[in-house]
Amino acid sequence: MNWTDIFSILPLTVLLVWTLLMLLIGLFLPKRWTAVHPILAVLGLAAAGVTLALQSGQSLVGFGGMVRQDGFSVFLDALFLLSGGLAVVMAPAYLKRIGINTYEYYTLLLFSLSGMLLMASAANLIIVFLALELLSFPLYVLAGIARPRVESEEASLKYFLLGSFASAFVLFGIAFLYGATKATGFTEMSAAIQSGQAIEPFLIAGAGLLLIGLGFKIAAVPFHAWAPDVYQGAPSSVSAFMAVGAKAAGFAALLRLYLMVFPGQAAVLTPIFAGLAALTMVVGNLLALVQTNLKRLLAYVGIASAGYMLMAFAPFGNTAVRADSLASALFYLLAFALTSFGAWAVLLTLEHADGTGLSLTNLAGFGKRSPLLAAAMTVFMLSFTGIPLTLGFWGKFYLFRTAIAGGYTWLAVLGLLTSLLAAFVAFRVIQQMYFREGDVELHPSYWTNFVAIFCALCVVVLSFMPAQLFELAARAVLGGA
Amino acid sequence: MILGMNPLLLITLFPLVGVVVLLLLKPQWKAALRWTALATSLLTFGLALAVLSLFNRADGGIQMELNLPWFTLAGSPIAFHVGVDGLSILLVLLTTFLTPIAILSSWKSITDKIRGFMIFFLLLETGMLGVFLALDMAVFYIFWEFTLIPMYFLIGLWGGERRLYAAIKFVIYTLTGSLLMLAGILWLGLHAGTFDMVQITANNTLTIVQQLWLFAAFGLAFAIKVPMWPLHSWLPDAHTEAPTAGSIILAGVLLKMGAYGFLRFNLPIFPAATLQLAPWMAIIAVIGIIYGALVAFRQKDAKRLVAYSSVSHLGFVMLGLFALDAQGISGAILQMVNHGLSTGALFLVVGFLYERRHTRDLDAFGGLWKVMPVLGSLALIVTLSSMGLPGLNGFVGEFSILLGAFGSSALATPWIAGVAVVGVILSAVYLLHFFQKLFLGPVMHEENAGLKDLSVREIAMLAPMLVMIFWIGLYPKPFFALMTPAVDKLLGILQAASVAMH
Repeated sequence: MNWTDIFSILPLTVLLVWTLLMLLIGLFLPKRWTAVHPILAVLGLAAAGVTLALQSGQSLVGFGGMVRQDGFSVFLDALFLLSGGLAVVMAPAYLKRIGINTYEYYTLLLFSLSGMLLMASAANLIIVFLALELLSFPLYVLAGIARPRVESEEASLKYFLLGSFASAFVLFGIAFLYGATKATGFTEMSAAIQSGQAIEPFLIAGAGLLLIGLGFKIAAVPFHAWAPDVYQGAPSSVSAFMAVGAKAAGFAALLRLYLMVFPGQAAVLTPIFAGLAALTMVVGNLLALVQTNLKRLLAYVGIASAGYMLMAFAPFGNTAVRADSLASALFYLLAFALTSFGAWAVLLTLEHADGTGLSLTNLAGFGKRSPLLAAAMTVFMLSFTGIPLTLGFWGKFYLFRTAIAGGYTWLAVLGLLTSLLAAFVAFRVIQQMYFREGDVELHPSYWTNFVAIFCALCVVVLSFMPAQLFELAARAVLGGA
Repeated sequence: MILGMNPLLLITLFPLVGVVVLLLLKPQWKAALRWTALATSLLTFGLALAVLSLFNRADGGIQMELNLPWFTLAGSPIAFHVGVDGLSILLVLLTTFLTPIAILSSWKSITDKIRGFMIFFLLLETGMLGVFLALDMAVFYIFWEFTLIPMYFLIGLWGGERRLYAAIKFVIYTLTGSLLMLAGILWLGLHAGTFDMVQITANNTLTIVQQLWLFAAFGLAFAIKVPMWPLHSWLPDAHTEAPTAGSIILAGVLLKMGAYGFLRFNLPIFPAATLQLAPWMAIIAVIGIIYGALVAFRQKDAKRLVAYSSVSHLGFVMLGLFALDAQGISGAILQMVNHGLSTGALFLVVGFLYERRHTRDLDAFGGLWKVMPVLGSLALIVTLSSMGLPGLNGFVGEFSILLGAFGSSALATPWIAGVAVVGVILSAVYLLHFFQKLFLGPVMHEENAGLKDLSVREIAMLAPMLVMIFWIGLYPKPFFALMTPAVDKLLGILQAASVAMH
C-alpha cells in the first residue's frame, strides 16, 4: 500500500474515519444533545466532499487495479455525498417527531454511504461485493430503526432477507465469472474475454446472476417486490435515502461492470437489458397508478425510473453511443435524485407521529394550506413525468435520444408511452393537492422545507441551464474502459 | 429592434413581466391584479402590432430571427431560435388580440383566486407565443408542453362541475400525441444532427418511408390538438368545463397550435408523405366537418354546441391545408383567424348568458332578443360570421378553402370538396338553431324577462372582434398579402417534392 492507493480512496477513508469518531463521540455526549449529530454528519460529508474535489479531473488506480477513481466515480461520489447531505438535513425534525433520538441513525447512514462511495470506484468483483455488503447492512438496520413500530421491524426483516438473497446471487455470479475468466479484476476479466480464453456459457451465466443480484438493489422488475413494502415500513427519511442511494449504487456497479467487461457479450445481454427495461417501465408505472399510499407511490415511481435508466444502457455494446449511454444514465440519475429527495421531503412534512397521514387523500387541501410546498411537489411530479422546464424532462430527453441512437426506437417509444402513465400518476397527486378541499395537517420544519424548496429550485432552475450538467455527465468517463 | 431587444424575444417574455408584478401584489388587491393582467396583455398586443409594422410583407422567409445558442447535447446544438414568417404572424396577432379580451371576460366571473388565474393566463400566453415563434424543435416542444400546465389549472381550478374529469382528459389526450411527437423530434434531431427547423427544412434528406413514419408521429400530436375526428373527444369536455376566458383561448388559439404544427412541420419537412396522404387527411377532415355539424345540432348545452362547431370548422381548416394549393392553404390560415374570432365571440355570448342565468341549457332561454336587444343583434352578427355569410369573415375563409379543395391537384377529385359544401349548409342549420333557441320566439321563462342587457365592459369585449369580423369579411386583401409569399415558398417545397416523386 502506497500513497496512490490511499489517495484513490481518500473521500471514503475520510468519511469512514469520521463516522467511527462520531460513533465514539456519541457514546460520551449527553443524550439531550441530539442537535450535534446531524451537524457532525454534515461536516463529515463536507470534509469528504473537499477531498473528492481534489480528485476531480484525475484518473487514479489504486490497490493493484481493484479501485478506480475516475470521472465516473467522482460524479457518482458527488451524487452520493449530496444525497447523504440531503438525507441528513431533512431528518432531525422528523426523527424527533417519530421518537428516534439516536445518534446511531447518522452514523449508520454515513457507513452505508461509504459503501456507496466504494461501489462507485469498485473495479474488482470482490470490492463490488464488499461495497454491496457495506452499504446494505447499515440500511437493514436503518429500516428497522423505528424499533417498537411493527412496520419498521417488518421492513427491516424483509429487506434483510431479500437483500441476503440478492447478495447470494451476486456471489454466485462472481463465482461463475471467476470460473470463466480466472480473474475478479475488471481489467483482467476483460483481457481474458478478449483473448478468447473465457468460457462463454459461464460468462453469460455469471453476468446474468450479477444482473439479478444488482437488479434487486436497483429494484428492477421482476426483482422489485421488496421496494414498496420496505419503503412503506421504514422511517420515511431512511426510505428517501434508500430510494436514491441504493439505486444509484446498484447502477454504479452495473454500469462499470458491463461497460468494461461485457461489451463482447452485448449480443446476448442487450435483449435482456432491453426486456428488463421495458418490463420495469411498464410495471412500475402501471402499479404506481393504483397506489393510494404516497410512500408506495413514490416507491413505484422509483421503480419506473430504474426502468428508464436501464433503457439508457441497453445499447451498452454499441461503441458509437457508449459514451452517451453512460452520460445519459448519470444525468438522469442526478435528476432523479433531486426530484426524489424533494418529494420525500414533502412526505416527511405530511407524516404524523404515528406514521399516518400519507394517504393520497390526505393531500386534499394541500395547495391552499401550503402553497410553496405544494408548488414544490407539483414540480417533482412533473419532473418524474418528464414535462418541460424540469430537470426530469432533459433527463428523459437525453435517455430517449440515446436509446434511439442505439437503435432502440421501440424502447424509446415504449418509454414515452409509459410516461403517459407517469403523467396519470403525477396529475392524480396534483389534482388532490389543488382541486380537492380538505384539512391537511402539516408538520413543517425549517430544514425539511429547505430540502424540498432547494430540490424544487434545482429541478427548475437547472433545467434552464442544463449545459454544465450535461458536460459534467459527459466528462464522467470510465477510466480504462 | 424594440427597446434594444429582439422584438420576438420581447413579445414572448413580456407576459412574464406581468407574472412577476402579479406575484408581488397581494392576493386581496383584486382590482390591481385585474388591471395588471389586462395592461400586460394589452402591451403585449401593442408589441405584436410593432412586430407587424416591422414585418416585411414581400418576404416569404423567416424574419426578425434570433438564434441564441443554448447548449449542445451529445453533438447536436439546441438553440433558442425564434422567428416569424407569413405562416405565423397572423397567429401571433390573434393570440395577443384574444388574450386581453379573455382577461376582460373574467373581470366579473372570476372572483376567487384571481392572482393565480391571471398568472396562469399570462404564462399561457407566453407558452402560445413561444409555440408560434419557435424555430428549434426542442424549444418548440418545451413551449408546446408548457401550455398544458396553465390550461390544466385554468380548467381544473376555475372550471364547471365536471372540471376534474375535463382537465385530466385534456392533459392525457394532448400528452399522448406530444410524447409520440417527442419520439419523432428525437429521431429527426439525431438523423439531421440538429434540432434547428430551418436547417432541417432546407437540407431535407428523408426518404419517403421515414417521412411517412415521422408524418404519423408529428401528425398524431397535431391532429389531437386540432382536433381532427376521431380524436376530438377531449374537446367538448374541455371547452364546456373551462371558464369562459379559458374557452376563448382554447378555441381561439390552442387548437390553432395543431393546425400550425401541420403547417410548420408536416407540410414543409415531410412533403412527400404529405402529398401521398393528402387525400386521406382531407377525407378525415371532411368527416370531421359533417360529424361535428351533426353532433352540434343535437346538443342541448349551448357551450357544447359551440364546442362541436369547432370540430366542424377546424375540419375546414384541415381540408384547406391538405388541398395543398395557394387558395386552400391561405384560406386555411385565414380561417384559423376567423374561427378564433367568431368562436371566441360565440363563447363570450354564451358566457354573458351564463353569468346572468347560471345555466347553458338551450331550453332555458328563448326570446332574449326582446329582453336584451343589444346582445341579440351582436350575437346575430357573430352567429352569421361563424356560419360563413358573405360580407363577414367566415365566408372569405371557407370560400377560399373550398375553391382550393375543388381545384386541388393533390386531392385529384372535386368530390371531397363537394361533400364539404354540405357542411356549410349544416353549419347554417345548427347555428340558426342555436340562435333561434336563445333569442327568437316568445320569452318562455320568467327568469329571463328581467335580464340586463350588455354593460359597456361587455360591449367593449365584443366590439373589437366585430370590427375584425367585418374587416376580414369586406377587405381581406391585407391579410392574404401577409401570408402569400410564405405560402408560395411552402408550395415551392411541395412542388419540388412532387417533381422528385414522379
